Amino acid sequence: MTNVTLTTLLKRGAIWGFILFELIFFSVAGEFMSLSNKAFMDIDNMLLLLKQSAPIGIIAIGMTVIMINGNIDLSVGAIYALCAIVLLDSLNWPIMAGLGDWAIPLAWLLALLTGAGLGAINGLIVWKTGVDAFIVTLGSMLGFRGLVFMYNGENPTSHLNWTLVDFAEAQVFGLHTATWFLLAVTAIMWFVMHKTVHGRNAYAIGDNRAAAVNAGIRVGPHMLINFIMIGVLAALSAVVFYSESGSVNPNDGQLYELWVITAVVLGGTKLTGGAGSIIGTFGGVIAIQLLRKGLGHIGADTQTVSLVIGLILIAVLFLDRQLNRKGKEELRI
Amino acid sequence: MTAMQPALRLEGIVKTFPGVRALDGVSFDVMPGEVHALMGENGAGKSTLMKVLGGIHQPDAGRIIVNEVPVQMATPLEAKAKGIVFIHQELSLAEELSVAENIYLGELPCKSFGRVDWALLYERTNDILKRLNVGFNAKTLVGDLSIANQQMVEIARALTHDAKAVIFDEPTASLTDAEKVVLFDVIDDLKAAGVGIIYISHRMEEIFKITDRISVLRDGSYRGTLTTCDTDQDAVTHLMIGRALDLSRSAAQHELGDVAIEVRGLCCGKLFQDVHFEVRRGEVLGFYGLVGAGRTEIAETLFGLRSPSAGEILLNGQPVSIASPADAIAMGISLVPEDRKGQGLILGMNCRDNMTLPQISDLTAGPFVAEGSEIAIFDQYRDKLDIRTPGWKQQVGNLSGGNQQKIVIGKWLSMRPDILIVDEPTRGIDVGSKSEIHNLIRDLAAQGYAVIVISSEMPEVLHVSDRIVAMYSGRVMRTFAANEVTEDNLIQAISGIGGDRVA
Repeated sequence: MTNVTLTTLLKRGAIWGFILFELIFFSVAGEFMSLSNKAFMDIDNMLLLLKQSAPIGIIAIGMTVIMINGNIDLSVGAIYALCAIVLLDSLNWPIMAGLGDWAIPLAWLLALLTGAGLGAINGLIVWKTGVDAFIVTLGSMLGFRGLVFMYNGENPTSHLNWTLVDFAEAQVFGLHTATWFLLAVTAIMWFVMHKTVHGRNAYAIGDNRAAAVNAGIRVGPHMLINFIMIGVLAALSAVVFYSESGSVNPNDGQLYELWVITAVVLGGTKLTGGAGSIIGTFGGVIAIQLLRKGLGHIGADTQTVSLVIGLILIAVLFLDRQLNRKGKEELRI
Repeated sequence: MTAMQPALRLEGIVKTFPGVRALDGVSFDVMPGEVHALMGENGAGKSTLMKVLGGIHQPDAGRIIVNEVPVQMATPLEAKAKGIVFIHQELSLAEELSVAENIYLGELPCKSFGRVDWALLYERTNDILKRLNVGFNAKTLVGDLSIANQQMVEIARALTHDAKAVIFDEPTASLTDAEKVVLFDVIDDLKAAGVGIIYISHRMEEIFKITDRISVLRDGSYRGTLTTCDTDQDAVTHLMIGRALDLSRSAAQHELGDVAIEVRGLCCGKLFQDVHFEVRRGEVLGFYGLVGAGRTEIAETLFGLRSPSAGEILLNGQPVSIASPADAIAMGISLVPEDRKGQGLILGMNCRDNMTLPQISDLTAGPFVAEGSEIAIFDQYRDKLDIRTPGWKQQVGNLSGGNQQKIVIGKWLSMRPDILIVDEPTRGIDVGSKSEIHNLIRDLAAQGYAVIVISSEMPEVLHVSDRIVAMYSGRVMRTFAANEVTEDNLIQAISGIGGDRVA
């Protein structure tokens, strides 16, 4: 039995071990190779890292739920961009000008509702047609991106509101607003997945759909709820990021779905559904951000980042496979 | 026999896993042209022994001898090359490919530039199929074949090699009685060709019908070999579990209650037509028939998984419409499905979560699941059903088949249903747990549940049922009372002969 626990410990702890490795590696390597004379582990640098993790991280938490449920959502990047446009454009509306600072929560609400609506479209199509979520969201990824371009052509949509920027740049107990959002989303979704009926059923559906149906679980509504949740989280991610930046390009958020899925998979969630962890995804998000920042710190250029992350993703999944295979016989291919 | 040398001989095979001595000096031999049964409860070491034979595990000690030559097999491929062929319980065929392609998978005959020699392939395949006397040809898609015919493809694949020993692992698990007859003919042919056969099964009737000798494993050690014609079921069972097993008839000793469920003229497209029956509280109604006779489909219709095209379902005398499993559960109907792992359990979840899955929405404290109540329910049914597990945190996938089935039954009992439908209650479960499940079904009826049992095993249906519905090709041929059923008239009814239709 000790053997089994060691394996599970290795599997669960793998992402944290990897993060520790990154921290040590970049700190040491930074001493020799860094162009700046600031230490990598500098507290401000780490706080900034958490903040920069937030946009991908918030969506990744939602994607974890979707993938545990046995689905996938490729349209998150497009939802993110469309909600950002709704957020910034609505602040420019004449009606909003009369509301003063009340315009801000209203614009946020509009953006979040947009996210919920777009998520609901995905969820309803997946539920009612029975078409695979990969195909449905591949379609909606293209469709939603089309809406982004229809909204404002190739032009950026901008609105700068200093109250909003102040809010976004605020630090409470040293943590930035975006970080707080990421932590809150992680905590709430952890409770949803581990302590509520919806979470339990989502795991059951992802693991064995037929058995879940036989237990009287209505699969469709649970999937719909999850797609709405990821829609809202993609919108929240846009709200957090664009409140500060104040300008969105129609190409923003492209490839986000892939970064998000990478983080989720690094965090140990299975592509086939039924297994995964919110905390693991949080680790996956941090690991990717550390890698980006760390490679920048030691002077590697941006193209290298993608190459290294790609290699690491494959290496991590290979390791995971080896650990999972222990004690079992698998086909050798 | 003295001059003959064994086709396959095992000498003192030992295999140890961390903490477990899975095989402890197992020795036996299989003569050419012999059908040698290997029996033992689940966990007795049969699977490990087969993996050693199949080159998946390496033995820690002992020798494997094929035709008097000691062999070592590091991979399944080497085992195959040494003439040891497996017919697995779970078939591994490519459904989108033809029979011929499946049989010669990995060794398709080639012409120049790697082109497949189709003419030769089909010719060779048809030769083999002719030997097996089957009703399909080399070009048929495997996906279009019945399970029984797919198994024939597996056997045909074994015949392409010069097999010294063929190992059948529970080959009849998903076969109907008629299909079994065909399989047994093929096994006879293999015998006649001088192949040694190891036959693994939990089914006593088959063992006594077709085998020459029986070797028994218990707790990883070899318990002895019996000559089939000189022994009886009691002796074998005794070797396997160290006690005798009671499979006698047991009709209800208690008073029956009201009619809990009545079905009138139920139809579902081509699957079944004009089905009538009723089940009283305290009664076990058995459904017997060939695979494809529509039994499982009736259960699925009662559970809301299929919608009937005509007919009525009455619960406690009231007509109802059941649109989904959620509806069925709310009306007090529960289904223990035939495919335990595929339809009954969430294998990645623990015992407790599986047990409470249908009712967690009622087990809440505020927005959260009340885990305390869940554990209480689990403990209650673990004790009631004698489920052997280290604790509720154990993953259900790690339990034995019998205990998994008890989890599924416990799951539904905890919902306090009126009607319990059990489809193939003991499929893939070892002999000891089998009788426990049978007793459990009888007990449940005695407690006043209306129970429907669907089974492909005649002794099981005869043993647990108060009345038996015989089905043939989607129709109820006859409903037998306990005192009028015999093996003969039951077989006739499910084969579509001799049964007088009950209108």
